[in-house]
Amino acid sequence: MLIKGRVYLFGDDINTDVIYPGKYLSITTDRGEMAKHCFEAVYPEFLKTAQRGDIIVAGKNFGCGSSREQAATCLKYFGVAAVVAESFARIFYRNAINLGLPVLIAKGIKGFTEHGQTLEVDLVSGAIRNTETGGSMTAQGVPEFVLEILTSGGLIPYLRKKLGIAGQEV
Amino acid sequence: MTIVEKILARASGKEKVAINEIVMAKVDVAMSHENADVVLRSFRDIGVKKVWDPRRIVILFDHRIPADSEKTAQTHKRLREFVREQGIEHFYDLKEGICHQVLAELGHDRPGEVLVGTDSHTTTHGAFGTFATGIGGTEMSGVWATGELWLKVPESIKITVHGSFKKYVSAKDLILHIIGTLGADGADYCSVEFHGETIGSMSIASRMVLSNLSMEMGAKVAFVLPDDKTVQYVRQRSDKKFEVVLPDADAAYVQTLEVDAGELSSQVACPHTVDNVKPIKDIAGLKIDQALIGSCTNGRLEDLAIAAEIIGDKKVHNEVRLLVIPASRRVYLEALAKGYIETFVKAGGLVLNPGCGPCLGAHQGLLAPGEVCIATTNRNFKGRMGSPEASVYLASPATVACSALEGEVVEPC
Repeated sequence: MLIKGRVYLFGDDINTDVIYPGKYLSITTDRGEMAKHCFEAVYPEFLKTAQRGDIIVAGKNFGCGSSREQAATCLKYFGVAAVVAESFARIFYRNAINLGLPVLIAKGIKGFTEHGQTLEVDLVSGAIRNTETGGSMTAQGVPEFVLEILTSGGLIPYLRKKLGIAGQEV
Repeated sequence: MTIVEKILARASGKEKVAINEIVMAKVDVAMSHENADVVLRSFRDIGVKKVWDPRRIVILFDHRIPADSEKTAQTHKRLREFVREQGIEHFYDLKEGICHQVLAELGHDRPGEVLVGTDSHTTTHGAFGTFATGIGGTEMSGVWATGELWLKVPESIKITVHGSFKKYVSAKDLILHIIGTLGADGADYCSVEFHGETIGSMSIASRMVLSNLSMEMGAKVAFVLPDDKTVQYVRQRSDKKFEVVLPDADAAYVQTLEVDAGELSSQVACPHTVDNVKPIKDIAGLKIDQALIGSCTNGRLEDLAIAAEIIGDKKVHNEVRLLVIPASRRVYLEALAKGYIETFVKAGGLVLNPGCGPCLGAHQGLLAPGEVCIATTNRNFKGRMGSPEASVYLASPATVACSALEGEVVEPC
């Protein structure tokens, strides 16, 4: 699975209140509506300047705080192609995998790319290439079991396959 | 083995487990609040007709009660219908209070069990020796369908606390100090174990403060070693069998930390991260607009008791809004019987219905740009409690009560 996208850069400890403000938690099912509020309160420029297919690159502890799944959902439905960070808070990390939003832990990603540069990310091998600088690095490998959920498109298709209800009408 | 290794071994039907091993663990209790609506959407997508066990699912409303909007009202209505459809046995609607108090009070927390909740502060239930952790909505839909989930066996951090607190210094100051020391990701993916005689002599409510706020340093689970006090509390509320699980003396820890409680002064987490911790005296004199006593961290009876003791027959400062939110209906009733509620109301405080209140920024006391709130809650993120230009300081109930009287941050003494 090769993902190519423009880098949208964030710092350390980006929490889920910042990614998806609490006042929109009453939106529980309309995922397109959630996508309209990514980073809205604290980084309103994201909604104006980020594009579908962008790769979010962040520092340590991305997605810390609340377990709100909307934080991962809004990014996925906005069209964020992947999140690559020095480290993730665990609930966000699991939510992203369960929703089929690729997440990679890459120690050293912080100095590896600038905002607006283009990265190529291989989800399976973890290889990351900066197409502008020509630099390359490797992200931490994803356990096979987790990769299976991601490549199935998330936990729901994975479970439907496992429970033998894949292919049936939802 | 550590506690977490023992519990996950048992929950996955194994003799022993290794650090970083992924296991499929059976769930004993699956808790959700309003975000059960997110779970429900995913549950319908899986296509399973019935939940795995309607006796093991707990649903209640606490985040936006009474409904703050028509959308929330629809969520509540949809979930009431789902509860009826599935025969969910433990449904408390909006009547009981905050999940992290109510589940303990109503006998859903037991040592040695696996409890997952669609709320990050689910770590709170580790105060009973329960493997308790927060998960997302889609993950919970998988639990509703299958009764199990994958978990990576975490490394463990051992925190040992000795000594006695000075007057007005409490569990909140201790855990803020620990978070300040270890950092917002200092316990990321880890299991935290609290050891030492200070913890043993703490009330159940104070222990819950430690497990609750451990989430703010990234902990996956945070155990207080269960003892006689734990067993007594649980037996009074649950007739289900349980087994107390304790770590072995030779259990391996990735990190150990020793704290002398007697050395501690009152602490505060300054904007906009929970690990930005300082002694309260460093910000003494800061003018405040709102003082908030409540939440899953510090809305329990002992928290209201210390605040009422400090307030006595004094009045809240004229330019301060004091909000008091009992953590549950039971806490509210006990506080009424003991006269605490009367104290708050006479002092000019506003007592709100049990629930999460403004902590997560949904309603009931949000902040305007430039305003300052000192709160007993658990997060001070930018924009969390209203305007991104407002500031939230996290402190103990004693500090918040004293500050509410003075109109500025003061060290309780």
